[in-house]
Amino acid sequence: MLCELTAHALQEKLKNREITAVELAESVYARIDEVEPHVKGYLTLTEDLALEQASRADAGFQKGDEMPALAGIPIAIKDVICTKGVHTTCGSKILENFKPPYDATVMTKLYEQGVVMIGKTNMDEFAMGSSTENSAYQITHNPWNLDTIPGGSSGGSAAVVSADTAVCSLGSDTGGSIRQPAALCGVVGMKPTYGRVSRYGLVAFASSLDQIGPFTKDVTDCALLLNAICGSDVMDATSVDVPVPDWTQSLINDVKGLKIGVPKEYFTPALDTEIADSIQRATAVLEGLGATVEEISLPHTEYAIATYYIIAPAEASANLARYDGVRYGYRNENPEDLINMYKKTRSEGFGEEVKRRIMLGTFALSAGYQDAYYKKAQKARTLIKSDFDAAFEKVDVIATPTSPTPAFKIGERTADPLQMYLSDVMTTPASHAGLPGISVPCGFVKSGLPIGLQLLGAPFAEEKVLRVAYTFEQNTEHHRQKPQIQTNGVTSQ
Amino acid sequence: MATITIEGVRHVANLARLEFNDAETEHFTEQLTRILDYIGKLNELETDDVPPTSHIHPHQVFIMGSQEGAAHVAKADVVKPSYPREAVLANAPEPEEGYFGVPRVVDRSH
Repeated sequence: MLCELTAHALQEKLKNREITAVELAESVYARIDEVEPHVKGYLTLTEDLALEQASRADAGFQKGDEMPALAGIPIAIKDVICTKGVHTTCGSKILENFKPPYDATVMTKLYEQGVVMIGKTNMDEFAMGSSTENSAYQITHNPWNLDTIPGGSSGGSAAVVSADTAVCSLGSDTGGSIRQPAALCGVVGMKPTYGRVSRYGLVAFASSLDQIGPFTKDVTDCALLLNAICGSDVMDATSVDVPVPDWTQSLINDVKGLKIGVPKEYFTPALDTEIADSIQRATAVLEGLGATVEEISLPHTEYAIATYYIIAPAEASANLARYDGVRYGYRNENPEDLINMYKKTRSEGFGEEVKRRIMLGTFALSAGYQDAYYKKAQKARTLIKSDFDAAFEKVDVIATPTSPTPAFKIGERTADPLQMYLSDVMTTPASHAGLPGISVPCGFVKSGLPIGLQLLGAPFAEEKVLRVAYTFEQNTEHHRQKPQIQTNGVTSQ
Repeated sequence: MATITIEGVRHVANLARLEFNDAETEHFTEQLTRILDYIGKLNELETDDVPPTSHIHPHQVFIMGSQEGAAHVAKADVVKPSYPREAVLANAPEPEEGYFGVPRVVDRSH
């Protein structure tokens, strides 16, 4: 099936006119018909738009035009990224009927590349969650085992790439929402340095942490997508005007002379032993290829979750104040007065986790508590960032597990929010420091669920991260494995 | 760090423009207490001399316009057309005569 292939393999076939973009889009929708009822990764399918975009790409190929790298490539978009005229719900009831009047900058850039948008993917409401179970609409199932979660919050974007119902996708990462689901679904997922990619049109959750990034079937595709979406933008004052290299130049199959640090603080008793072994084997592979691997210390790692669950909810409580039933979204129909309309609209429109975080954030910012909580967390953030600054004086890349456990069972952690928050223990530290991080497949636990290796770089040092990830991938086979999706007891594929 | 009471939860809910029934209030009080207990871990850290981080590339935010802040991206202050009124109102739950309609806030008799 065409939809199983990588973007770079498809790009060749399109260029050589072996296939058409319409055939490719049809192959993706045929796969969707087959497995999407079991995976449930999409909230909206945009088939008419996709076929129109595919025809346009085909016309270009037919004329022999010089086509951009992603022309005709099917992509899925997390439903937190604004798509003009196409539903953008953020997985929330409060935005059930919202159709943005504009495109996010990343969408404008992707459309200029000639991509084919397959649809919008499921997510935890407003990107708050680690399992995609907080979606107001549906539960997404992990293609590797339909009884387990795909991770979150970009669970839909990870699952559709894993299930071959998209060739690649975009997600957003605030505390690990790209890297963790990528690990749990056995695909490549990358969060670029904070400021690399414009957040214009990314519905805001925690503005000092949010960053858009790609999910792909391999590291080469990851570089292709980064090429398309990186760059400063006058519409986002936090985007950074630094040169954007051609990321495909970082795809060097060689790690000789590179120093890789393995932080001892990530190997706690809470880490699944099969995952710990797998990470050890992965770093041994890199060592065998000529990298130097050394143990390092990031002493404030254990404070990252506590810091995150002050800073992210505080920013969220401010960002989500805009959902008041006035300008867009759901509105309660029988309010007593204006204030009561706000309260009823928000209480009925938001799900439980979103309300919990708004409460937590409002409390942390409220009079009398701001210094004890918010300010304290900002100071802890400085300490966490300083750990990384010191580490990158000594090493080029840091290697850790992406998630402390493989995908867990649907429903297993929903009753205990704190337990769910601890799922982010390996990913939030790098978020605080704004670092680029990638998760690449590095093996499987005995039950067959995938494991992710997280590679982190210094700010704006994506090139080294990609180089190590690419070298690891070129010398291992894990990324070639495909899930066998159980469709009505009949194994597909 | 302080903990949170039922009254505290009611107060914060009002600030956040949320409303909960008694059972929900109790539920949130329990959960927030547990989460804040965990967050209390931050008190182990000595932070008197540590500056806060609000943004990871601070020079771009705080030295806007200077040479040092050259990496900061700012828009030129130029008037440009806004979105058409219809496009902006298209998502409004109750648009009224070209405006966003809301429940009456001023009593007509006054």
